[in-house]
Amino acid sequence: MNSIISIKNLSKVYNGGFEALKSINLDIEEGEIIALLGPNGAGKTTLISTICGIVSPTGGSVSVNGYDIIKNFRESRQLIGLVPQELTLGAFETVWNTIQFSRGLFGKKRDDAYLEQLLKDLSLWDKKDNELRMLSGGMKRRVLIAKALSHQPKIIFLDEPTAGVDVELRKDMWNIVRKLRESGVTIILTTHYIEEAEEIADRIGVISGGELLLVEDKQVLMQKLGKKQLVLEIKETIDSIPESLKLYDLSLDKNTNKLTYTYDTGGDSTGITRLLQKIQGEGLQLKELQTTQSSLEDIFVTLVHEKKEDEA
Amino acid sequence: MSLNIQAIKVIYKYEMLRSWKTLFQSLASPVISTALYFVVFGSAIGSRIDSIEGVSYGLFIVPGLTMLSLLTQSISNASFGIFFPKFTGSIYEVLSAPVSFFEIMVGYVGAAASKSFILGIVILITASFFVELRIAHPIWMVSFLILTCVSFSLFGFIIGLWATNFEKLQVIPLLVITPLVFLGGSFYSVSMLPPFWQTVTLFNPVLYLVSGFRWSFFEVSDVNVGLSLAMVVVFLLCCLAVVSWMFKTGYRLKE
Ligand SMILES: Nc1ncnc2c1ncn2[C@@H]1O[C@H](COP(=O)(O)OP(=O)(O)OP(=O)(O)O)[C@@H](O)[C@H]1O
Ligand SMILES: [Mg+2]
Repeated sequence: MNSIISIKNLSKVYNGGFEALKSINLDIEEGEIIALLGPNGAGKTTLISTICGIVSPTGGSVSVNGYDIIKNFRESRQLIGLVPQELTLGAFETVWNTIQFSRGLFGKKRDDAYLEQLLKDLSLWDKKDNELRMLSGGMKRRVLIAKALSHQPKIIFLDEPTAGVDVELRKDMWNIVRKLRESGVTIILTTHYIEEAEEIADRIGVISGGELLLVEDKQVLMQKLGKKQLVLEIKETIDSIPESLKLYDLSLDKNTNKLTYTYDTGGDSTGITRLLQKIQGEGLQLKELQTTQSSLEDIFVTLVHEKKEDEA
Repeated sequence: MSLNIQAIKVIYKYEMLRSWKTLFQSLASPVISTALYFVVFGSAIGSRIDSIEGVSYGLFIVPGLTMLSLLTQSISNASFGIFFPKFTGSIYEVLSAPVSFFEIMVGYVGAAASKSFILGIVILITASFFVELRIAHPIWMVSFLILTCVSFSLFGFIIGLWATNFEKLQVIPLLVITPLVFLGGSFYSVSMLPPFWQTVTLFNPVLYLVSGFRWSFFEVSDVNVGLSLAMVVVFLLCCLAVVSWMFKTGYRLKE
């Protein structure tokens, strides 16, 4: 695969002196869906805005399909569609006019058939003559998507596409994203929702405090950092963890009589067989047995926490 | 350098479309206020004022009145045109499109200037119902009209970029432009003033505008028409210089 966006040592210091991006390096592959995950104020919007030309970088460079975003801004921006985080729309123009406007800005000839299909795909066709101020929040979000797609970009940035969106529309949104990917569009999205990244992304980047803490294939990430837990419910009442089991990373809940064993899925052996044998050796009987896997959420919280502790 | 002509066209088109919807307000209020000025200054008071250099008072104030509307409307149209998308945030789309600052400016300023030009013509037509209008130099008249519309739309564009709230948007037209127009010989000949105030008035840029514009109608002027033209051009160049500085630095548009 080719990288379609290449970010090198990108940094941004805002006028007040705030360092919002600290030397970001990232290559985005053509055709992938990459999710940028990070808490409020992490720098996600700043990163996107810089690539799209709304914020001027302080240092470093970005090239899009080989075009520098500053020297060759026409070529690079031509390839990009942006759906901003806020519902930043005008008020009095109609849906139809606003997407015509967007397309025109990109120097593209009118193509009513394409725009009609686009509105139909986004269930906006019956609203085409409505003024923007009369639309609901979810519809406005879709209008923003329509605007971003009006010039048939190869790359689309979605800045928190599902913030403040109901479950139904969120599913719709995911479908839209998947369809886009099928048509070969590269998608970069930011989100606070871990399930969202887990659900649709190919790769996940974690940003916090203006730094890209990690970028990893979703599966690899979950395997690498994913801890599994084995919960063993014991028939007999036990007051403390038996001596022979102290070697293991075990915790005991006296109320429920449950032993919890935490292990890495990444290791060669998990130690489960030996543990079970030892439990048998202690003469304990199992009533119930269950495994749980830590979600991306846990991974994410751990990462961001570690970062904060490092700084402290 | 290639130009994104299509982008200039859509910015221009949708700016014009925006006013089309509020056509009645955009034209009615200046036309009505101009008509009122005529009734009050032209007929009621004007009948008691002697004609100035052979031009009846009602006729004499036509160019000044037109300029008054033209300046305020050029500024408010252009400043609002760029301020509103900044205010709603929808400017993001223009900034992230393959459009240069120059093209953005041509689109917005072009639309605002066109609107003011149309307005200027409408006001002159209105005026012709009240007085017997004659235009000695139509080409000069139209040139002054266009130059004024363009330079003050550009000035309005600068204000729209500079303004961070609605108050700032209105403060310059209200506190600077209106007094300058009133004191710039719109409603009187500067020669009617005492010598000291005549000198002071010479520092008022609007004087040159009104005087030149009036000359194109009646061949009556406070200052030489060449000087008038030069001053308008200088003002236009100043605005262009400010705008190009703003564009280089991304002033108030980009972080
Ligand atoms: N125009 C600005 N001037 C100064 N500081 C800014 C500006 N915009 C953003 N910041 C700061 O930069 C940091 C990153 O902001 P950014 O909007 O990129 O975060 P984010 O990751 O998108 O957050 P969220 O999830 O809340 O959208 C924040 O601390 C913010 O306060
Ligand atoms: Mg954000």
